[in-house]
Amino acid sequence: MSTDTHSHPLLDVRDLCISFTSRGQSIPIVENMSFSMAGREILGLVGESGSGKSVTAMALMGLIDAPGVTITGSVRFKGQEILGLPAREFRALRGREIAMIFQDPMTAFTPVYTIGWQIDEQLRVHNKFSRKQARTRTIELLAEMGVPDPANTANRYPHQLSGGLRQRAMIAMALSCNPSVLIADEPTTALDVTVQAQILDLMRKLRTTHGSSILLITHDMGVVAETCDRTLVLYSGRVAEEGTTQDLFAHPQHPYTAALLASIPP
Amino acid sequence: MILPLLRRMGQTVFVLFGISALVFAVFFATPGADPTARIAGRNAAPQTMEKVRKEYGFDRPLPVQYAIMMKKLFITRDLASYANRGELVVPEIMRAAPVTLSLVTGAAIIWVVLSIGMGVLAAACKGSWIDRLLMMVGLIGISIPVFWLGQVVNLITQNRYHDTWLFSWVPGLGYVPFTQSPLAWFRALVIPWCVLAVMFVGIYSRILRADLVATMGEDFMRTARAKGLSPSRVLLRHGLRTALITFVSLFGMDFAQLVGGGALLTEVVFGLPGVGRLTYQALNSLDLPLIMATVMYSAVFVVLANAVVDAAYLFLDPRVRDVH
Ligand SMILES: Nc1ncnc2c1ncn2[C@@H]1O[C@H](COP(=O)(O)OP(=O)(O)OP(=O)(O)O)[C@@H](O)[C@H]1O
Ligand SMILES: [Mg+2]
Repeated sequence: MSTDTHSHPLLDVRDLCISFTSRGQSIPIVENMSFSMAGREILGLVGESGSGKSVTAMALMGLIDAPGVTITGSVRFKGQEILGLPAREFRALRGREIAMIFQDPMTAFTPVYTIGWQIDEQLRVHNKFSRKQARTRTIELLAEMGVPDPANTANRYPHQLSGGLRQRAMIAMALSCNPSVLIADEPTTALDVTVQAQILDLMRKLRTTHGSSILLITHDMGVVAETCDRTLVLYSGRVAEEGTTQDLFAHPQHPYTAALLASIPP
Repeated sequence: MILPLLRRMGQTVFVLFGISALVFAVFFATPGADPTARIAGRNAAPQTMEKVRKEYGFDRPLPVQYAIMMKKLFITRDLASYANRGELVVPEIMRAAPVTLSLVTGAAIIWVVLSIGMGVLAAACKGSWIDRLLMMVGLIGISIPVFWLGQVVNLITQNRYHDTWLFSWVPGLGYVPFTQSPLAWFRALVIPWCVLAVMFVGIYSRILRADLVATMGEDFMRTARAKGLSPSRVLLRHGLRTALITFVSLFGMDFAQLVGGGALLTEVVFGLPGVGRLTYQALNSLDLPLIMATVMYSAVFVVLANAVVDAAYLFLDPRVRDVH
């Protein structure tokens, strides 16, 4: 743990409850979720489909704007409460301090702009960069993410790249402003197995190269075992179990965790 | 980028050939009807008939007749209307074209600006009363018949309230060339512009709103928000830019169809001597050379516009660019 996170954890979530109102009825999706993340930590968030993983991630990003949503509890980032932060202040944080990558890199880029344009855009929104400075940094980032021929790739459109390259570019974009926290919502689900391994490898390296903490959302226990320091098991909107990945795999406490582990193909 | 454009131009020429052959066949090669009589007009003197037959080569094979017709249309441009005492047809259209072009271009500017404004605002305020109000206004715009609206506006601005301060600037019906006086040109056209634009504002704003709302659910919009961009930037640079692809292709077709004569009702109501009105007159007097010429003019425009739309498509959508 680095010194600046000694006093308070990097990200501290307490009693997070999220519910949607549907036909006058409030449906709880996430209930009393608490966890915290330290610097340079990879925290796994697992759970079956519909257990509320993505909703949690979107809440941390302040991106849930569905009508009739209620979010209570507390989310502290570096000691500062960010839940209910005014839109403008949250925007300054989003993409700069807390960044996110999504499941499907195919659809996550705007189809009509080049990859480079889109990374430049994020750089220029959060920094006083000239067009040229931004592009230089973009090419650097793409190179760091292992994109071959980054200067040329930057000028290509999303549909012209393979899935793996697109996800690398997506990670480059998310990391462009050196965020402290990277939320990755099933970053490898849409990729084939070999590419999946490469991307996970890249993400593991990020904590040394970029000092990032990663909240890795997945429903693949294999990915968790390979990648995460600690793991949070979500079961229908509640934290069923939490612990270091090693402990969790050795002595699962909750029957649901045991079931998840049993479902890993040998 | 160059090759698809060239291919597109080849297609354009081919399509134009097809249309001209078809139109020619319909009007001049229909079995059982003598085209000579049609061109010469009703009750023409035998000398005129003979002259027409020679001039158009109606005593020669069909391909030759077609070639003569095209030559008269595009090269010598001396296709004459006998129904109209030998008036040359091509210059007649060339005189009408700027009127229609002025009318349609002005209306198009109005409808594009207004419908983008309304569509974006409605999408941004999705579900609110602003959204509902704007879409209601759009629906009303779509349902008002343009000739009725034109008549009512004329009644108000030319007649009933013409002497009030509000409408005293409105000139009488008719057209003033831009080259003669830009101000008078503007004053003569500003009301027809608005009237013609009304329906399109309705259609386009509603289409754009629907497109934008659909786009907002896309993954890349979520990415854009996650980057920390402002809502307006997300909506305009990412949402609108993407939704504009459909908008532009629709626009191209509507614009071409109007320039090709589709603004007929507006032209008639406001006494603008444009192509639509010319076509209408030609049909009324069964003036075959003029019909032939206006149809060809209209076809040329629609096909050209189609090519321009495709080029715009290539420019706007990188995915299409690679398919070619
Ligand atoms: N805007 C919304 N309105 C109402 N219910 C919602 C909304 N968004 C999500 N939900 C509900 O919240 C629940 C959790 O969804 P979420 O997307 O977080 O699941 P998940 O754990 O990410 O699943 P998956 O593994 O399939 O991605 C689902 O039952 C979903 O129907
Ligand atoms: Mg999900």
